[in-house]
Amino acid sequence: MSLNTESKLEKILKAGHLGVTSECGPPRGSDPEGIKEKGKLIKDYVDAVNVTDNQTAMTRMSSLAACIHLKLMGVEPVLQMVTRDRNRIALQSDILGAASFDINNMLCLSGDHQSFGDCAQGQNVHDLDSMQLVQTVRHMRDEGKFLGGDDIKRPPKMFVGAAANPFADPFEIRVPRLAKKIACGAEFIQTQCIYNLDKFEEWMKRVEERGLHEKTFIMAGMTPMKSVGMAKYMKNRVPGMDVPDAIIDRLAGVPKEKQAQEGIDICVEAIQRLKEVKGVSGFHIMAIEWEEKVPEIVERSGLYPRPEV
Amino acid sequence: MIIAEKKPIEEIIEEIKDFQRILILGCNECVTVCEAGGKKEVEILASALRMYFINKGNEKKIDEKTLERQCDHEYLEEIRENIDDYDAIVSLACGVGVQFAAEKYLTTPLVPGVNTVCLGANEDRGLWTERCQACGSCVLAKTGGICPVSRCAKRVLNGPCGGSTNGKCELGKDVDCAWQLIIDRLRALGKLDDYEKVAPIKDWSTDRAGGPRTVTREDVKI
Repeated sequence: MSLNTESKLEKILKAGHLGVTSECGPPRGSDPEGIKEKGKLIKDYVDAVNVTDNQTAMTRMSSLAACIHLKLMGVEPVLQMVTRDRNRIALQSDILGAASFDINNMLCLSGDHQSFGDCAQGQNVHDLDSMQLVQTVRHMRDEGKFLGGDDIKRPPKMFVGAAANPFADPFEIRVPRLAKKIACGAEFIQTQCIYNLDKFEEWMKRVEERGLHEKTFIMAGMTPMKSVGMAKYMKNRVPGMDVPDAIIDRLAGVPKEKQAQEGIDICVEAIQRLKEVKGVSGFHIMAIEWEEKVPEIVERSGLYPRPEV
Repeated sequence: MIIAEKKPIEEIIEEIKDFQRILILGCNECVTVCEAGGKKEVEILASALRMYFINKGNEKKIDEKTLERQCDHEYLEEIRENIDDYDAIVSLACGVGVQFAAEKYLTTPLVPGVNTVCLGANEDRGLWTERCQACGSCVLAKTGGICPVSRCAKRVLNGPCGGSTNGKCELGKDVDCAWQLIIDRLRALGKLDDYEKVAPIKDWSTDRAGGPRTVTREDVKI
């Protein structure tokens, strides 16, 4: 498969390896040490690291700045960009800024509504939606032009991804929605956290029926549960999350001090099962504020060492 | 129609406390239908203000009038001959009416008595809900007649986002997911295949982004 960018993630996926990505949330302050520390912990266990963009609408250090810190220490970042906070001028501008540091991957999202965060009274922008942002980056890269039509000197060479939530409603359009994102130019997909494996496999079956797994790389989203409390919170409070009771019961069935380990075990078992599912091209391990556990999950899931490309 | 809701009376009192002669001015159009600023609401507000200021030992002259429309020169002219009888007007019209009156009567302070909320419909007794944000380039033909601009909290034109759960928006169980409604309607129309057509990047210059909007019709001009 020919390569479109210098992205390490693209090279690994196109070489036929299962890709592994993880996620780092930038700090709520200007000290870069935290993000560097997280980067150091997981560097050798993943192919690229997503850097979230003011996730849950809480104001944080910018994703782009945090990506640069990672890039400078030799970690491959995936710049997450939401359409909530910036219009098409700012988005294109930040894409060029990222490309100037040879940040080679981007994930296009709409972003959580601002009412969940610390600026509930703020405006949102949504000049573009997430699919249109995918189109925009691809247009900038492939046509070498701005949305306004002018030529870009040294166009950004981004490997472009989008999110998919197999569990949001209505289920019947979840696959058509993926098809739409692929039609807009999404080259890789990172899914919402998967706990309901049966439902995910049902979604993947429909994806495969339409041959969509051959048009994009689907990376299954995994988040280990730290406790039964977290599992209940995810089930009841996080929009679009599907946590089966069996997960909650299993965590509740072990003593409190062992729940975290149980959560890791559940995650590793899920990865091992999903590795066998046709169309799954890799794993996106989002260990939320628990990055130190990523190496263990990757190793125990048989995904270590990472391939050299 | 334009939906408005009454401002808290404390806010109105704060704005008018230093005036002695006040006209409460209603509008017989949208704000009458949504029960925020018609003749009935003018009466109620005027009575409440009179009582308040009498109790404070500061009786004021508070008159009432309701015009056919406040967004129309012709009807606003009806108060011209008495305008100097008042130190201030509390207008219960929408923001359009308040401004039109302010532009017409330059030296009379205008105080809004309602908050203008949205363009909406009377969905049920006591319930008014938004249907349009006047974006200036209607997409309803492409979205099954349900508007993603006004009814999706993220104005997502290729939705739904990942927060749609059981037909509801991530904002909460009281908010319908606009894209669920769109999909339900496309299905009812037998046009679910249209869902996969990608909505192009929207020209927002006809929306708020393009500055104050005007419609000029040469064929209607005198």
